Amino acid sequence: MTDIIQQLIDGLGRGSGYALLALGLAIIFGVMHLVNFAHGEVITVSAYLGYWLSIHGTSWWLIALAALGASTLTAVIIEFVAFRRVRGAEDFTMLLTSFGVAIVVRAGFSMWVSTKPRQFDKPGWIFNTVKVFGISLEVYDLIVIGVTAVTLAAVAYLLRRTMFGVSLRAAAEDFDAARLMGIRANRVISGAFALSGLLAGVAAVMILMRRGQAEPGMGLDILLPGVLAAVIGGLGSLSGAVLGGFALGLAEVMVRAWILPEGFTGLTDGVVFALIAILFIFRPEGFIRVGHAERV
Amino acid sequence: MSAPELEVRSLTTRYGAIRALRDASLTVGVGEVVFLIGPNGAGKTTLLNTVIGLLRPTSGQVLVRGEDVTGSSPDSMITRGVALVPEHRRIFADLTVKENLMVAGITVDAATRERRLAEMVELFPLFEKKWTTSAGYLSGGEAQQLAIARALMSDPEILLMDEPSLGLAPTLVDLVFELLGSLREQGRTMLIVEQNAQRALEIADRAYVLRSGEIIDQGTGAELRERTDLVSAYFGSQDT
Repeated sequence: MTDIIQQLIDGLGRGSGYALLALGLAIIFGVMHLVNFAHGEVITVSAYLGYWLSIHGTSWWLIALAALGASTLTAVIIEFVAFRRVRGAEDFTMLLTSFGVAIVVRAGFSMWVSTKPRQFDKPGWIFNTVKVFGISLEVYDLIVIGVTAVTLAAVAYLLRRTMFGVSLRAAAEDFDAARLMGIRANRVISGAFALSGLLAGVAAVMILMRRGQAEPGMGLDILLPGVLAAVIGGLGSLSGAVLGGFALGLAEVMVRAWILPEGFTGLTDGVVFALIAILFIFRPEGFIRVGHAERV
Repeated sequence: MSAPELEVRSLTTRYGAIRALRDASLTVGVGEVVFLIGPNGAGKTTLLNTVIGLLRPTSGQVLVRGEDVTGSSPDSMITRGVALVPEHRRIFADLTVKENLMVAGITVDAATRERRLAEMVELFPLFEKKWTTSAGYLSGGEAQQLAIARALMSDPEILLMDEPSLGLAPTLVDLVFELLGSLREQGRTMLIVEQNAQRALEIADRAYVLRSGEIIDQGTGAELRERTDLVSAYFGSQDT
């Protein structure tokens, strides 16, 4: 029983990061019909800022705040500089633009910082363990699950109870109809990028606490499970993205702990992908079906 | 002589290589109810979408009370007192009835929005019971009323409507035309696209006939009803 609970906590911890990234991707997909592969670069920028602040002796609390600000700002800048120019273009054009942005950011850090990873101090206390009802849990997992729960609750409040949130949901469902209501395209799309950037920032802080490392190509590696989670959940569905994130995290942990024999854990990703393929045979639209109208 | 409330001058709109609207011109006077009629693919929806700013015209002008507003965005058209009830209603199915109306009141301040929400419940009593229901669960007639109520949230002087009776049962079509009558009594200027031409011409002050993107005829409702050539070509198959 203890093992089951520990694995579940581990799975939820993994899934938290995926859920936050997938939610950010789903928000952008909703308003622009874009799978934003540049979303991971927001984390790369935060990581390098974290590295720079860390080597200058800044505390982790300030690094976390700075990372949130940097990710939000970076996402808004990327929208303004790159995606606004191709708004209304074919989906494929926007997809290529997102890859272009990712490549430019990666190349920038490779050229002007280093191609090699930059290490910085991790907060040591997150690796302590605490006993909860006799179960030994890592502080990191509890922080990740707690922060994700608070973040998702705050996002749910924002989306349900504020004019911005209701407008964003309307725009995600039918962008042109939302414009006909008087919603300003620039404002809602910038807001969507800011929110997705903030969510990526929360994920970035959690990832950096564990990795303590910045490298040029880290964005795409971190983003891919998020993309997968968004697709599993039903691309464009906000609740589906969160569900997909947790499902993916739990699936990874369960496959590794209970399905694969010892010595075969290297096959975890392969087995998880096979499970996802089976899911798509029976449910090609993902967990939640989304009907989308034409986007800008 | 004062400028028309809404004027379209030589408007041409393309979808890529296809000219969906060709050199179309029309006027709508203050408080007038003007219909656009014609077969499917005639360019009626394109004309409304170009006027409201969802589409950019290739050439021509859109004027509101004499002011050139060509190419203005939909939000800027709403602040100028123009709103569109889109084809197929396009209500936000995942949002509640109240949220649909709230979104439609985004261009006004919070106090005005609250007042308008109360007015909509008064005008459409069915909303009271469905206030927190997801709009996706509304029937076709209820959804159409919501679509019209959304457009009214900005209290527009000029109301554009695209196929308000499309897909509705005959009794609900009656309801929609009753609603159009009451909006007319309020003095709203309306430009309405309607497939149900016979019915439209009964209440139209004037109407324009579109075919293949061009305006090919116009006249008062009474005049066009007498035109046997138009009736047999376009309106013969319509319900009366």
